[in-house]
Amino acid sequence: MNNGEGSLAIDARGLVKTFGELRAVDGIDLAVPRGMIFAILGPNGAGKTTLMRMLATLTHPDGGSASVMGHDLVGAPGNVRGEIAMTGQFASLDEDLTGRENLILLSRLWGFRGGAARARADALLATFELSDAAGKQVKDYSGGMRRRLDIAASLIVTPGVLFLDEPTTGLDPVARKSVWGMIRALAGSGVTVLLTTQYLDEADQLAARIAVIDHGRKIAEGTSRELKAATGSGFLHVALADPARLDEAAQLLESRLGASVQRSVEGATLAVVAPSARDANAALTALLDAGIEPADFSMGSPSLDEVFFSLTSKRA
Amino acid sequence: MNALQQVSRPPAPSAWSNALVFGWRAVLKFKHVPEQLFDLVMTPIMFTLLFTFVFGGALAGSPGDYLQFFLPGILVQTVVFNAVYSGMGLSTDLGKGLFDRFRSLPIWSLAPFAGLMVGDVLRHVIAGGIILTIGLILGYRPEAGILGVLASFALLIAIGFGMGWVFIVLGLLIRTPMTVMTIGFTVLFPLVFASNIMVDPHTMPGWLRAFVHVNPVSLMTTAMRGLMSGEVMAAQLVQALIAPVALTLMLAPVTLWLYRRR
Repeated sequence: MNNGEGSLAIDARGLVKTFGELRAVDGIDLAVPRGMIFAILGPNGAGKTTLMRMLATLTHPDGGSASVMGHDLVGAPGNVRGEIAMTGQFASLDEDLTGRENLILLSRLWGFRGGAARARADALLATFELSDAAGKQVKDYSGGMRRRLDIAASLIVTPGVLFLDEPTTGLDPVARKSVWGMIRALAGSGVTVLLTTQYLDEADQLAARIAVIDHGRKIAEGTSRELKAATGSGFLHVALADPARLDEAAQLLESRLGASVQRSVEGATLAVVAPSARDANAALTALLDAGIEPADFSMGSPSLDEVFFSLTSKRA
Repeated sequence: MNALQQVSRPPAPSAWSNALVFGWRAVLKFKHVPEQLFDLVMTPIMFTLLFTFVFGGALAGSPGDYLQFFLPGILVQTVVFNAVYSGMGLSTDLGKGLFDRFRSLPIWSLAPFAGLMVGDVLRHVIAGGIILTIGLILGYRPEAGILGVLASFALLIAIGFGMGWVFIVLGLLIRTPMTVMTIGFTVLFPLVFASNIMVDPHTMPGWLRAFVHVNPVSLMTTAMRGLMSGEVMAAQLVQALIAPVALTLMLAPVTLWLYRRR
């Protein structure tokens, strides 16, 4: 049955899923150690959800193999289901039922009987600060409450692996922070968490390792520090006083530093890899000589945003 | 966060217990969304009243005589139309990701459908009971008494169970509940009208009469009339059950396959 301690929670090799012509997941390897928060980062349509649905036994892989908590995905899906829980992108709850009824329903499906099922539901409601709303129908819940209930519904029995598909999409900052707190607490209690996200700061904040996915392929993997280091140790950020000269400044920086420049339109800022402080200084001087006034500049490691764009633009 | 501490899995429940839980869900739905019953019984109530009082005299001499002929058939129609609503419900559930959670649980794969069926049976019995009550108030009298009514309701449940599979399959195939409804009624209206529910087919043209005679809805209606009047023949019961049994045998595996394939 289970492999020994320290083995992988998820071990996927060359997973493929096609929808007609589209290769939604195109040969992805994944090795997630037990007890880790692992993030799959990618834009919409990158294949994140499809990858997760395959690992949660919801859709069959068209190629490759994978095991979850030591159970083969295709050969023993029933055993896999006993070890996982999944919180999908859209609330996987019965809207007509109350929050408490939803949790009792799932507790009973897991095998808790009458009183034990009610006790489990009430304990989860208390933990997720939903006791006051326990008797309300889920359709009257706010987005944040729904998300909390959805996660609670995944924890009836402590799963070996918890799949969270974009756990904070559509939440306000306060609700987002509270979901993050729960995810950290879960990982603290030994649950392996695989989450997808399109928010770089979410991956940065939560995950010990991050896999970056685009067009169904994994284009990078590592800790957030490693991903940033792989893009370039030093990043020069320049904000211009006159946004009209953004193009001109970008060309100048590109020719000086020999690396492609990322622009962010809001705030008229440019970011570019600079091999050293001396090179950065020379580039700034060149800007000044051309009469382009920086409003602000700084030298530092790249944000995950910049890492992400530089990784995806390499492929484009 | 005490509830986040390790909670291990209790002994795995039986398939039967899984199915009961889904049945409980169906009962809760009645509690929270009682208006669904309104949708189910309004159409047959309108049919009963309109046909009895508007056409009854012309078709059977008097409204009372017509009701005696019509009521067992309207019960069949009620149950057959009900099946469409359960397909719509399934299509709605599938669109919301709720079934993804069910499918990622270590439970008997068909349990959610068994639960739907429990809900359907409840709906059939409640809607059938309401229509029968209205019939009794208007003067309908089942000659076979209580036993006849019980037997006919048992047949009604079997009919609903069999027809249910058609719309479960449609619900699994079609993403939009409205489309399920449109397709359902497009198929069911001709089946229900080109049957012996409303009129005796002897005035229909020959080609249509040939269809009416083999229409499963006619066979079901004939058996229902027989059970209510106490004059049923074994062959009529068998004929009435052909379609429900065949549909179950054909479509239960298809349902399972579609559900697992998604």
